[in-house]
Amino acid sequence: MGRSDCNRCKNWAATGVSKVRDNSIGEWTAGRIRAHRKFPGQAARDHRADQEGVIVSTVRVLVGTKKGAFVLTSDAMRMKWGVEGPLFAGWEMYHVKGSPVDPDRLYASQCSGWFGQMIQRSNDGGKSWEPVDNKFVYDGIPGTHQWFDGTQHPWEFKRVWHLEPSLTDPDMVYAGVEDAAMFRTTDGGASWHEMSGLRNHNTGPQWSPGAGGLGLHTILIDPTNPQRIFIAISAAGAFRTEDGGTTWKPINKGLRSQYIPDPDAEIGHCVHRIALHPSRPNVLFMQKHWDVMRSDDAGDSWHEVSGNLPTDFGFVVDVHAHEPETIYVVPIKSDSEHFPVDGKLQVYRSKTGGNEWEALTSGLPQENCYVNVLRDAMAVDSMDSCGIYFGTTGGQVYASADSGDTWNAIVRDLPAVLSVEVQTLS
Amino acid sequence: MIRVELPAHLRTLGQITGEVQLEVEGIPTQASLLDALEARYPMLQGTLRDHTTKQRRPFIRFFACEEDLSHNRPEDPLPEAVAPGKEPFWIVGAITGGS
Repeated sequence: MGRSDCNRCKNWAATGVSKVRDNSIGEWTAGRIRAHRKFPGQAARDHRADQEGVIVSTVRVLVGTKKGAFVLTSDAMRMKWGVEGPLFAGWEMYHVKGSPVDPDRLYASQCSGWFGQMIQRSNDGGKSWEPVDNKFVYDGIPGTHQWFDGTQHPWEFKRVWHLEPSLTDPDMVYAGVEDAAMFRTTDGGASWHEMSGLRNHNTGPQWSPGAGGLGLHTILIDPTNPQRIFIAISAAGAFRTEDGGTTWKPINKGLRSQYIPDPDAEIGHCVHRIALHPSRPNVLFMQKHWDVMRSDDAGDSWHEVSGNLPTDFGFVVDVHAHEPETIYVVPIKSDSEHFPVDGKLQVYRSKTGGNEWEALTSGLPQENCYVNVLRDAMAVDSMDSCGIYFGTTGGQVYASADSGDTWNAIVRDLPAVLSVEVQTLS
Repeated sequence: MIRVELPAHLRTLGQITGEVQLEVEGIPTQASLLDALEARYPMLQGTLRDHTTKQRRPFIRFFACEEDLSHNRPEDPLPEAVAPGKEPFWIVGAITGGS
C-alpha cells in the first residue's frame, strides 16, 4: 500500500515509485510516493530515509494551549510521540499552523492579557521562532458593532484567534481576529492589513459577540479557487467571498437559531466551526451552537444533519482526509455545562455525511470526564489510515491512527488546549 | 543612562538579559523613554502601549523611586533620580490574578 495523495492539499507532485511503510501493519511494501510541491530542496528535507533508503513519513501535531505551545511528533505508526514545549511558556497560544506549501514555515498567535498580541514565525518547523509584526489596525474609522446590552460599541482589536496560511504562498497568511475582522499578510508577517470589506458589510453594525467574544474563528480557502474564502464569526454567522476578500455575502440561509429574535435571520447565528473536504469545496459541514448542518451549494443553503446525535451542541467538526462523506463531531452538553454528556467523552462519526452517527469510545474516558473540546481543537492527518486528533480543556490530546476506531492520549496534562493542527510530512 | 527593568516575559521576547540601559536626549519623560525602548527593541511595540493611540495597556504599570507613575501624563518628566540611573524605571505587569 502506498502513501496516498494528500487530499487536504492538491498541491502535490508525483515523485516516483518507492517502498513505503504500510501504516496499518508496519510492513514495507511497494507504492507510489507523492510529496507536496515545495521550494527547491524542501521535499528532500522533509523526507527522512532509513539506511535502506526507504522513505518514512512523520506527523507533527501543533498544539496551542492557554499557557504555551507544544509540538508533538511521531513516525507513521503514530504510537510513540515526542513532546516539545512549552514554547512561549505562560502565553495564550490561540493557534499554531504551518504553510501547506512549506511545512517548515509555521505561524503562531501568541497573546497575553498584560502584553497584548504577538505573532511568531518559524522557518525551521518550530525549532526557532522570531516575532513578526503585531500591528493589527482596523482600516479607517472603525465604527461600531452591537454590544451585549444592545447599544453600539466601538470595534476594538483584542486578539488573533485563527491563522490560515495560503495554499500556494508561504508568505501569505489570513488572520481571523476579535473583534471580528480579517487581516492578511503577503510578506510573511512583516505587515498585516485589514480586508475591510468584511467588517464594512452592511450588517456589521448588527454583529454582536458570543460569550467568548466577537471572534472570527474559521477561515477556509477553496483549494480550487483561491478567490473564494469561507469564514465564520461568533455570533454573526458564516460569510463567503468570491473575489479574494473584497466583498462578502452572508451564507446563513437554512440556519435556525431559537436564541435570536428571528430564528431565520440573515445574520446573528452562533456558528462554532465549518469544515470542508478539499475535493468537494461546495460541500460544507457546520457545527453551530446547536445543530450540525450541511450545505451542498457552498453555503447558499443549509440543512440539518444532527440525526441521532445525543446532543447537537458542540464546537468542532472535521472531515476525514480521504472520505469526503465521513465527518466527526464531539457532542457537548449545553447550554451552560459545556462538558460531555454523562461524563463520557465520545467522538461521533458519520460515514454518510451526517444524520447517521456512531459513537467512537475505544480509548476515551467513559466516566467522570468533564472537559470541553474547543472549536479549533480538532484536526486530521493525511496518512493512508487517516489520523484524527483533538485536544481538551483538561490538557489531553487524543489521537486515533485508524479513522477514529481507537484512541490514545498522546499527552494528558497540558494546560487547557485551545487549538490542534496536524502536519503530515511525507 | 536610564536603567529600565522589564517583566520576564518581555525580556524573553526581546532576548534581553538583565536590565536595559538607555540614553534619552533631553529631560526624559515616560513617552521619550518608551520611544527609545521600542526603537532598540521593535518587538516590544504594542506590548506596553497601544500602537496607534500610545495609551498604556491596562495591565502595565510604571514605577520609579517608590512611586506609581502609571497615571502620569506621558509627557511629564520622570523623577530626577531616574535620568542618571540612580534609580531604575520599573515596567511591571499588574497583579491581576490571572488564570
